[in-house]
Amino acid sequence: MTLTLNVNGQTRSVEADPATPLLYVLRNGLGLSGPKYGCGLGQCGACTVQLDGEAVFSCLTPLAVVGERPVVTVEGLGTGEAPSVLQKAFIYEQAAQCGYCIAGMIMRAQALLDANPSPSDAEIRAHMEPNLCRCGTHMRILRAVRRAAGSKNAETEAVR
Amino acid sequence: MRFRTCLLGGAALAILGACGAYALTLRSSMAAITPPSQASFDKVTVEKGAILAAIADCTVCHTAPGGEPFAGGLPLKTPFGTLYSTNITPEETTGVGSWSLEAFKRAMREGVDRQGDYLYPAFPYTHYNHVADDDLAALYAFLMTRRPVKATPPPNDLIPPLGFRPLLAGWNLLFLDEAPFAPAEDQSAEWNRGAYLVEGLGHCGLCHTPLNLAGAEKTSKTFAGGVAEGWTAPPLDASNPNAARWSVDRLTAYLRSGLDAEHGVAAGPMGPVTHGLSTVPEGEVRAIAVYITSKMETGESAQQHGESLPAAKPLDNAEEAAATHQAGAAIFAGACAGCHGTGAPMSSDGRPSLALTTDLAADDPRNTIQTILQGIPELAGQKRPLMPSFAGVFSDRDVAEVTAYLRVRFTDQPAWPNLHDAVVEARNEGEKP
Repeated sequence: MTLTLNVNGQTRSVEADPATPLLYVLRNGLGLSGPKYGCGLGQCGACTVQLDGEAVFSCLTPLAVVGERPVVTVEGLGTGEAPSVLQKAFIYEQAAQCGYCIAGMIMRAQALLDANPSPSDAEIRAHMEPNLCRCGTHMRILRAVRRAAGSKNAETEAVR
Repeated sequence: MRFRTCLLGGAALAILGACGAYALTLRSSMAAITPPSQASFDKVTVEKGAILAAIADCTVCHTAPGGEPFAGGLPLKTPFGTLYSTNITPEETTGVGSWSLEAFKRAMREGVDRQGDYLYPAFPYTHYNHVADDDLAALYAFLMTRRPVKATPPPNDLIPPLGFRPLLAGWNLLFLDEAPFAPAEDQSAEWNRGAYLVEGLGHCGLCHTPLNLAGAEKTSKTFAGGVAEGWTAPPLDASNPNAARWSVDRLTAYLRSGLDAEHGVAAGPMGPVTHGLSTVPEGEVRAIAVYITSKMETGESAQQHGESLPAAKPLDNAEEAAATHQAGAAIFAGACAGCHGTGAPMSSDGRPSLALTTDLAADDPRNTIQTILQGIPELAGQKRPLMPSFAGVFSDRDVAEVTAYLRVRFTDQPAWPNLHDAVVEARNEGEKP
């Protein structure tokens, strides 16, 4: 059946069964390959996107429950030429090793910063807890989130 | 004139009476001591205290999320308002560092702190009063050798006039059973050990027994099941829907691992309980299981306990459920089936089919809804299933749809009524204050 989704600020129509997980439609139907298939069980976070502002596992989010709620993937934050503050911070800290988890990490962190622009270290750690990095760059990822949170003037401060 | 005198006299008498009643509630302050040095406690006693503290689960209530162990500050939502647990580290001014053993014993048995103030019965002194002297001394040694943390919990937020602690003298008069623990002569030593741990430090009844309007356990309905932090604490008597499938071996393993292949995972407030018990020697947990299993016995199931039952055949009304609950079926397929569908890899390795879980067969949907909303969080150091929270993914309607579908597909019980309202209520109850 034809379903209408609101993805990265645009209205998109997809041909899919309502039981289809959002991740499959984002990647295969809409060509947004930022969110990754990791475990398919909500245990790793590689597929994390924002749904109505909240970080969710898109691999466990059937289209049936998405409805009109806005979906944001890492492609919705910035581009290679104009990365967002958080993306710049991840680049500055070189927080990616293999990079497979990073889009999910960024989306989970963005949900935190949207709700709480200056989180404490404990809040960052607690919030990021569902997402795993098998390369072990967690310390750099935490630094990147801290760096982005410290950028008070989000739009103008270029990451040095 | 005479009338006025009478009136004044009467008023004076009433005030005197009230003062007298108030005076009766006053408890003395016990002398502050200099915190004893850690070296003054014998290591063996401290280790014994550590096990007793795990059975009593002190750390679960006396630690705030992300806070220092035993430093208090955890909010406890009650029908009477929000209480914050106290700091029980041996810090001199904000903790219990200045408490003598005698002051500690009085708090544990009578619910009165060192300064003479009444404690609220969310602190289970109604159970701890059954604990033996030497066990209290071991617990004291354990607490006094923790790391002192300076921390004061937020003030309690209770409905008036409950902030006035002397009222608790009346509550204690009505509900505090001061009889010491008495072993049953016709039962084994193991059963009596279990009874002592369950009725005393374990304080199992505080959640698994319904409470009366004053928040005290209904003694006529001990272990008939209760509600804790928005979760149902299932009955531990014969009315438990899955009582027959519990044996001493199964219950022992469940209490120490948080998982049983024919009942499910310890979720909600029971998760931390099993986490604590995982550190307790097996013999103590087995004694608890012997006692609880005996409470669940009925004529019919009594013979089955302790023997291994044939593996239950999980029910699966997949076609009927899909036909009657289309929306729920789509949600299940996209969100749940990866782990809970037929043949899913996550359904092996001792993880039960949903058809065998106690929660789906229960009289009310509370635990099924809470598990979907809150998931089953990770507990440090314990190998057990991890389920993500769906609170931010599913609307109330989505949760109601999938819950209705699960009930039809995996049980032969009647549909739960008013599921949407139950979801709204569960979201409220599960919210941290």
